[in-house]
This record gives sequence, structure tokens and C-alpha cells, in this order.
Amino acid sequence: MEKTVNQKAWFLVLPVLILVAFSAVIPLMTVVNYSIQDAFAGEFYPLDDKLMWFRELLEDDRMWNALRRQAIFSATILAIEIPLGVFVALHMPKRGVWASVCLVLMSLPLLIPWNVVGTIWQIFGRVDIGLLGYTLDAVGIDYNYTQDALDAWVTLIVMDVWHWTSLVALLAYAGLQSIPDAYYQAAKIDQASRWAVFRYIELPKMMGVLMIAILLRFMDSFMIYTEPFVVTGGGPGNATTFLSIDLVKMALGQFDLGPAAAFSIMYFLVILLISWVFYTVMVNLDKREGK
Amino acid sequence: MAKITLDNLAHSYLPNPGGEDDYALKELNHVWGDGEAYALLGASGCGKSTLLNIISGLLRPSRGRILFNDQDVTGQVTAERNIAQVFQFPVVYDTMSVRDNLAFPLRNRGAKPAYVAERVQTIAKMIGMEAELGRKARGLTADAKQKISLGRGMVREDVNALLFDEPLTVIDPHMKWELRTQLKALHHEFGHTMIYVTHDQTEALTFADKVVVMHDGRVVQVGTPEELFERPEHTFVGYFIGSPGMNLLDARVEGETAIVGGAEIPLGADYGRPGGRVQIGVRPEFVAMAEGQNGLGVRLRRVEDVGRHKIIRCDFEGQAVNAIAPEGAEVPADMNRVVFEPGAVNVYSDDWRVAPKSKTEEAA
Repeated sequence: MEKTVNQKAWFLVLPVLILVAFSAVIPLMTVVNYSIQDAFAGEFYPLDDKLMWFRELLEDDRMWNALRRQAIFSATILAIEIPLGVFVALHMPKRGVWASVCLVLMSLPLLIPWNVVGTIWQIFGRVDIGLLGYTLDAVGIDYNYTQDALDAWVTLIVMDVWHWTSLVALLAYAGLQSIPDAYYQAAKIDQASRWAVFRYIELPKMMGVLMIAILLRFMDSFMIYTEPFVVTGGGPGNATTFLSIDLVKMALGQFDLGPAAAFSIMYFLVILLISWVFYTVMVNLDKREGK
Repeated sequence: MAKITLDNLAHSYLPNPGGEDDYALKELNHVWGDGEAYALLGASGCGKSTLLNIISGLLRPSRGRILFNDQDVTGQVTAERNIAQVFQFPVVYDTMSVRDNLAFPLRNRGAKPAYVAERVQTIAKMIGMEAELGRKARGLTADAKQKISLGRGMVREDVNALLFDEPLTVIDPHMKWELRTQLKALHHEFGHTMIYVTHDQTEALTFADKVVVMHDGRVVQVGTPEELFERPEHTFVGYFIGSPGMNLLDARVEGETAIVGGAEIPLGADYGRPGGRVQIGVRPEFVAMAEGQNGLGVRLRRVEDVGRHKIIRCDFEGQAVNAIAPEGAEVPADMNRVVFEPGAVNVYSDDWRVAPKSKTEEAA
């Protein structure tokens, strides 16, 4: 059969290209542009040393501290949410009315906007009018998230766990639901213990969705802004100043557009790098068969 | 190894079963002899798998008891019953190696490593997977996976029974034959009580000493392959076993003769006057072409040459009558009469076989 060549079809891709250009490429390039210039009083001046902002950033303790806090926060919430989500999924009813009830209840926290979650916990944790803060104080626990760094951390972590464990649980639940009954029956025949069933049947079958859950939770928590901004505003002191809070302070508070742009690019690259590592691990996990 | 007794067993998947139709498995009393190999044969959805799952404890019966060697195990969970079961579709533990898969049931029982290694080697040889022992089970072909499932079923020597639920469905025909032979050899060697569920009659007849035929949630006949062939107790057995199945014709039976649409057919024994819906059944192997005014007038529809013999397909007043003729036989185009071998005609009343009078007296 003879093939006709018609390159006009490329024009069909044009709308998408325009859309992507406006939504991603142009803003990104603007940031790249800022990062090699000095902004002063609304005017931009080219830098002599093009990479000055990047060099400064790498020597800046403030950035490293924010990055460290960020890493600790992400690691902590992952360490809590993933096992807890799996645990919840394992104990949810498999079918019937209660399964639906559970699913609806589980999805509720996911439907609440970030700043509302922040506001809820900001009020909930207050020692004067908040149920949690007041109760803790009343039973003699010294709790005040506005003054104590540890309390602020605990509050933010508990809030994130409350907000997002459902996501992990729902994903894990979907993974569990896809396991055919025959596997559980075979395990009974083979006299496998409960732990062996989890280790050799449930966990391998959940691995795919769990990797997605880890990836999503990592990215979200690594970019977290709204909730800590509403609850602690990055305080007390700098105790809960995570990367994005620091970035906003730098860009909008101090109007240091150049350094902030350099910060943004590094931030973006770090997320890209870690996501790429996750993705590679996930793909290899699927491919690692035989031998 | 154990004798398995089913005592008044019945099962329904509904929480509050009403009439008999609600039961997937109708009331059943049966003893599976210790160390015998049974084939459980029946059409899809007749309750075979239900019965198997009840024996292994995956299902709890709605009514009745199960005894292993006269010990009531109805309340015991699967693990306590120490039973092996292989399912229709392969189940392997993906993240384990083939070796660990085979060793899994033994390790769960806390067997010694040396014994485990020896058993795994034996089983791997039996299923022909010695070379693949070290590789991961993930990514193997379906029939390799099913061989592992079979191997896991056979690895324990001390099981009370081995249950196979259509295990060779996904295996290719050559391997099927070989594995079936292996299973038989295993049975001869260790004398496990084996129950092999299938809907394939060849598989059933070649595997088992005794074939249990189920139909519509009921065991309709238990017997050797010969008994099932010559004396089907139920019309279902008649047409399910054999190729083609038994010819069944509506008839009126008076003593030693059956009257089918005006023609008289000698039965070779006295059946009295059975009531209900009466049919006579005769296997195509015992139907012969006839000439003149003998036998039953039929209309020849077609002749199929299947190699070893010819199948002559005829029609009697809308009911199929098939005959089997030897390979060399000439079938004239105007062939229009068949005769039945008198001793090979069975009489059925409401689908159940009627015993001839003389025979019952002899038996008594």
C-alpha cells in the first residue's frame, strides 16, 4: 500500500504546544532569567558573575537549614503515613455497606482545602479556645505550638497525618482489592501465618500503588506551604520554616527576586531528581523478574 | 492420608436458604475411601468446587459434618486439616524463587532444612523444573506457574488428602498428559487420598479408580469407568460420558419390551411397568444398522468419520439417535433402520435408572 505523506498533521499539536508554553515553559524561563540578574527598584541589571546567586545560595546556612527541616518533615510523615495507611487498609471491610461507609469517611479529609485544614488545626490547637490545646493544658501537659518548637512540629505532623493518611489507605485498599481470593485460599492450604500472607501476598501486590503513594506524599510534603503558613507561619522562630515558606519570605517579603529565582530552580531540580529516583526504582521493580 | 466422610452435608451460598433450589450442594452422604483416587466429574457450575472447598475447609457447610478418619473436622480451619489443594488458576508467590515457593508449605510446618531441600529437589524433578529452581517465580509462563502450584500441593507427604480443582486447564496438551501420569505415579507410590475435579471425561476416566459424577448439586453416580459406561444411573451420566453420549428415547415399558413410537424393542430383562417419564437409553456403541422390518425406523442425517470409527447420526421423530459403526463399514444412503443390543438397553424413570427385576432378585 502506498503511503501519503502529509506533514500538516503537526499543526494539530500546536494548541497543546501553546498551552504548555504559557503554563510551563514561559514562567520557568522567566524564573531562569531572574536568577541571573539583579533586580533593584523594578529594574533588572545583568550580573557580572552569572552564577552568583547560585553560589551564594549554596553557601547560605539559611537555605540548608530549611532543606534539613524539609527533609526531616517529609521523612517523618512518610514513615508514619505509609505504614499507618497500609494498616488501616488491611482492617477496612472488604465488601458490603460498611466498605462504602468507610470509603466515604476516609475520603472526607482529602476533600478539605489546604488553608481550611490549616485553619482548623490552628484553632483546634490553641490553648485559649481550641479543643485540643485547651484539653492538653487542662490535663497538665505543657503544650503551646506558638512558643514551643517541638509542639509546633508535632502539631504539623499530626495535621499532615490526619489530612493525608486517607490517601495512602485508599491506594493500598485498591491494591488489596485486586488480589484474587485464590491467593488467600492457597495461603490457607499452605498453612501460611498472617505475617507470611502479608509479606508474600499482600505486600508484593500493593507494591505498585504504594510506590505511587510514596511518590505523591513525598512530592506534596516536600512542597508543603499553606498549612504550616496558616498554623505556625514558619515559627516559632524559624523552627517550622520549610523550603517553600522560606522561598516566599525571600521572594515576596524581602523582594530578593534574583536569589529567590535561583532558590526556586534548585528547589525544582531537587524535586525532579528525587522523583526521577523514585520513578526509576518503580520501573525497575516491575522489570525485576526472573534471574 | 485419611478416609473422608461426608455426613448429611449440604451447602447454600444464601444466608437463609429456602427450598432445595437454593442449595448449591444438595444433601450428600459419601465416604471417600482412604488412599483412593477419585475423579469428580460434572458440568461447570454443578457444585464440584463447592464440595472441594468444603472438604478443605475454605467453605463452611450450611449443614452436616465432615469427618477425617471418623474425627469430626467440620469446625476446623483449613490449616488444621492439613490438606493440599491445587486450584484451576496458578497461584505463586511472585517475590519468592521457585525453590522457596515449593518449600513454603514445608517451612510453614517447621520442617528441617535438609528434609525441605530433599523434598524440593524431588518435586522439582517431578514437575521438570530443576533448572529453574533459583529464579524468581514472577514472570514465568502460566503453565510453569501452574506446575509450581501443583508442586506446592504435592510437596507435603503427610497430607490427609490431595485435592485438585481442574488443575490442568492452563497446561498445554502434551504436558497435561505427562503431569497426569506423574500424579498417578505419585498416587501409586504414596497412596494419598486424591480427589480430582474436572469437567473433562477423558481426564476423569484416565486418572481415577472411581469416578464421582455430579449434576445440579447432587452426586448422581459413583463407579468405575466401566460402570459409568455400561450402567449409567442417571440420564445425565449417560449423555455426559461417552462421545457421542447415550441415546435417550421416550418410551413405554411393559415387562421385557419397550414401545417407542409404535415399534417394539426387546430389553433383555423384565422391568415391570415403571411410572413417571420413562425413557430408554442405549449407547451408540450398541446401536447397529438393520435391514428389512427389524428395529426402529430412523432418518439418516449424516455420517461422521472420526478416524477410528464412524458416527452415524440419525433422527427418530425429532430425537437424535446415534450409532457407531466400525471404520470400514459401508453406510448406505438409504439406511433407515437401527437395532439396539438388548442387554445394553437401560430403562430410566424420571431420569433415574430402573433396575431390572431379575437382577434385583439375584442381588437379593
